[in-house]
Amino acid sequence: MDIEPLRIAGFEIASRLFVGTGKYATLEIMRDALAATGCQVVTVAVRRERLMDKSGRNILDFIDPQRYTLLPNTAGCFNADDAIRTARLGRELLTNMENPGAGWVKLEVLGDKKTLLPDPVGSLEALKVLKSEGFTVLCYTSDDPVMAVRLKEAGADSVMPAGSPIGSGQGVLNPWNIRIILEQLKAGDPDYPVIVDAGVGTASDVTIAMELGADGVLLNTGVAGAADPVKMAHAMRLAIESGYLARRAGRIPRKLYATASSPIEGVIGAQSE
Amino acid sequence: MQIMVNGKWEQKAEALSVAGLLRELSLDSRRVAVELNRGILPRAQYAGTVLNDQDQLEIVTLVGGG
Repeated sequence: MDIEPLRIAGFEIASRLFVGTGKYATLEIMRDALAATGCQVVTVAVRRERLMDKSGRNILDFIDPQRYTLLPNTAGCFNADDAIRTARLGRELLTNMENPGAGWVKLEVLGDKKTLLPDPVGSLEALKVLKSEGFTVLCYTSDDPVMAVRLKEAGADSVMPAGSPIGSGQGVLNPWNIRIILEQLKAGDPDYPVIVDAGVGTASDVTIAMELGADGVLLNTGVAGAADPVKMAHAMRLAIESGYLARRAGRIPRKLYATASSPIEGVIGAQSE
Repeated sequence: MQIMVNGKWEQKAEALSVAGLLRELSLDSRRVAVELNRGILPRAQYAGTVLNDQDQLEIVTLVGGG
């Protein structure tokens, strides 16, 4: 069964599953889990280099930059200025590595440390500046349909509504809002990419997001935090494919009452008049 | 001279280039990016950029994240 590539800002991405590289118990497990997801795009964070005690291994030794497109995020930024500076540093890092993710950014401007919900004002501000500097911006947001529209209007190359808080494993808490977002962002623009990002806990969450009509799903903790990340990564790969296909297969409607699957006539025991 | 590196003030000798600083810190210039006084300093300019008193740098790298 053919799965069309996802198109964002003229770039074609083979897998609709985007996977984060944080929180794995070991870099080996991370490497194996990423491979099992079949993903092409992996997110990375930009952080100060350790200046002392550099005994840790480098993540770049475990993510093949020829195989994966690295998408830097602005995680941990609580204001637009930090996010903008982080995005610029991410672009510089990837330009030096000659990775196709150079110039792309997963924009997160957070509003609150406990909920990690996005700050809509800071997000919009940072988005406008980054677009003016030529970035391709995939913008993390809440499932607020009004904000989603504002971000698209301001030039976001993809809007990424959260299913539930980052790392919370609650899946898509409000499928109605996700449906509204999809409808409003794709009105007259059916190929505009909407990616559900954050809160995925297990494979069915991914399938549900795709069946709602999302173009892709981004997850990290759901795989990295699983007891068997490689097994869960494989499950997520199947989930993104099954959700994509089910969405396009034209499901049966939901009905209040039953409709038998087996014929009504010819059952034994009945007597004719 | 005093320069700030990753949020910490450090005492450094004069005439230190960015490339020299990275060498002192045992950092691989191919795996880092440098912001000098709020501007991105391209890698090609590391050797030719001499640091001045009160300069502020962020030296960053890629790490795991979602």
